[in-house]
Amino acid sequence: MKRLDLHTLGPIVALIALVILGAMLNSSFLAPANITNVLARSAFIGMIAVGMTFVITAGGLDLSVGSMAAFLAGVAIIAMNAALPSLGANWGTIILGMIVAIIGGLSAGWLNGALITKARIEPFIVTLGTMGIFRSLVTWLADGGTLSLQSELRTLYRPVYYGGFGWITWPIITFAVVAIIGEWMMRHSRFGRHVEAIGSNERVARYSAIDVNRVKLMTYVLLGLLVGLAVVLYVPRLGSASGSTGVLWELEAIAAVIIGGTALKGGTGRVWGTVVGVLILSLIDNILNLADLVSPYLNGAIQGVIIVLAVVLQREKSTADER
Amino acid sequence: MKRRNLMKGAALIMTLGMTVGGAVAQEAEKKIIGVSIPSATHGFMGGLNWHAQDTIARLGKAYPNLEFVLATAGDAAKQVNDIEDMMATRNIDGLVVLPFESEPLTAPVKAVKDAGKFVTVVDRGLSEDGIEDLYVAGDNTAFGRVAGEYFKGNLAAGSKIVVLRGIPTTLDNERVEAFQKALEGSDVEILDMQHGNWNRDDAFTVMQDYLSKYPKIDAVWAADDDMAIGVLEAISAANRNDEMWVIGGAGMKEIVKRIMDGDKQLPVNVTYPPALISSAIEMTALNFVSKAPMTGRFIIGSQLITPENAEQFYYPDSPF
Repeated sequence: MKRLDLHTLGPIVALIALVILGAMLNSSFLAPANITNVLARSAFIGMIAVGMTFVITAGGLDLSVGSMAAFLAGVAIIAMNAALPSLGANWGTIILGMIVAIIGGLSAGWLNGALITKARIEPFIVTLGTMGIFRSLVTWLADGGTLSLQSELRTLYRPVYYGGFGWITWPIITFAVVAIIGEWMMRHSRFGRHVEAIGSNERVARYSAIDVNRVKLMTYVLLGLLVGLAVVLYVPRLGSASGSTGVLWELEAIAAVIIGGTALKGGTGRVWGTVVGVLILSLIDNILNLADLVSPYLNGAIQGVIIVLAVVLQREKSTADER
Repeated sequence: MKRRNLMKGAALIMTLGMTVGGAVAQEAEKKIIGVSIPSATHGFMGGLNWHAQDTIARLGKAYPNLEFVLATAGDAAKQVNDIEDMMATRNIDGLVVLPFESEPLTAPVKAVKDAGKFVTVVDRGLSEDGIEDLYVAGDNTAFGRVAGEYFKGNLAAGSKIVVLRGIPTTLDNERVEAFQKALEGSDVEILDMQHGNWNRDDAFTVMQDYLSKYPKIDAVWAADDDMAIGVLEAISAANRNDEMWVIGGAGMKEIVKRIMDGDKQLPVNVTYPPALISSAIEMTALNFVSKAPMTGRFIIGSQLITPENAEQFYYPDSPF
């Protein structure tokens, strides 16, 4: 039991160290407003990363999520703007937009999953392809510019990102709920166990009468659903989508999953670790902005070093365990 | 509306492609101008693409003896291929090019010039002097200076401002240096300068952190209208709308509209017009249809958009 703690402590130690560092560098770091900012902006990548944990644990990968988010945001905005004249500026129109985003996410995830499981193409290639497709589609829909939500709708929709119970805004609540359900699914549901079994040895999983293709497909559909959910919360923030929305989200999500202790080759998934990974990534950004530690040109380098360190810390402990 | 314009542009290119071969043979006077620009990957380039298509459609009608070939490229290598194709298959007489990057495009454009064609280079210079006949560009130094002078003239002594920078490039450095130089001698303090990468989401995040870090901010130089949108949203989420004003840049239509309407938070804007591609195409066309001299350097100044003159900078149909 004690060994297990050591093995999994890496990311948490890094997170605590970052929080202490932040608090020492700037007194406003622990102010509720800043905590809300950091948690709320983590929510998009966070929800996507929870879904990504399942995909990676089952031995897959999805590079298309950032482009998919941009595309879904564009489609949802177009749908709401189109429905405005007939439905009017009310919650009905906004709920329609939300449904479009969620159904779009489910379909996009299903498309990725079906190409991977039914057409038997490598996940890397399929999602590299759909990444380009979604990104081009949103640029095309926006005519190279930016799609903006009509201002009446925007005013109405805005509280979904900025509102909530005091400092705990809706994105934070949603992220927390997604994380708890995700953790439960991975640990205690049959689906979670099947995902881990497929990731550690697909052939054995098949012999154990697991419907491998169906479970794999479901991981991509689940990820698509969570991308859709992230979009539902992203659109009210700035009310717009363009070709530069969600750039590199896929890599941030994958990085968060790996920092959190999920193996890139599959087999072991740790949803709570992913949540810690996402928070680490957001905090690095936040601390670099709050403190004038280094030239802003070097921000990317600092992030890189911390990501690698967080993983090294944890890998050293796990190899020590195995010995 | 926007979509239809795009379709029109695409249809135009296709018909051009189909008619070029026959038309050249029939009419000796026919001149063909190639236009090669980066594809619409962000707001400013989207605007530039729209203006290019719009200008080509208009000039094609005005001057029946001119043909245009438009190609957009997502990277420098594709742009080199486009230009080589234009030379090999379209037999162009003139080339208007906005180089994706200076270095890789220098040799191919030089080859076009060496073949005796009229070459117009737009906005980003080539790495070798004296290749182009005509150079049309915006003025990055003036872009920073005009904004800096507005801050200097409209802020009380002891005021504090924050700056959002673009993607780290020489272009961004020129703007920021000119801005700082214009502020010299005033008592305005720049609290911080971080990169928002000309991106709404990044600018939103950086501004949120500025707001946590500094209890007193009197004004923000967002330096770009996409960044200004993110900045305004962050300020409004922190309920500090009345404390500071924001200056963007480049003249995005939504921002120009708000200046027209007299928004207190957005007093002015500084132009860096994507329509500079129109100037380049028009001048190249004039070279072929008139005797007016069209060689040299044409630098488009950055102007201050104020509520009084905003209307002349407002293009409601443009995507930017």
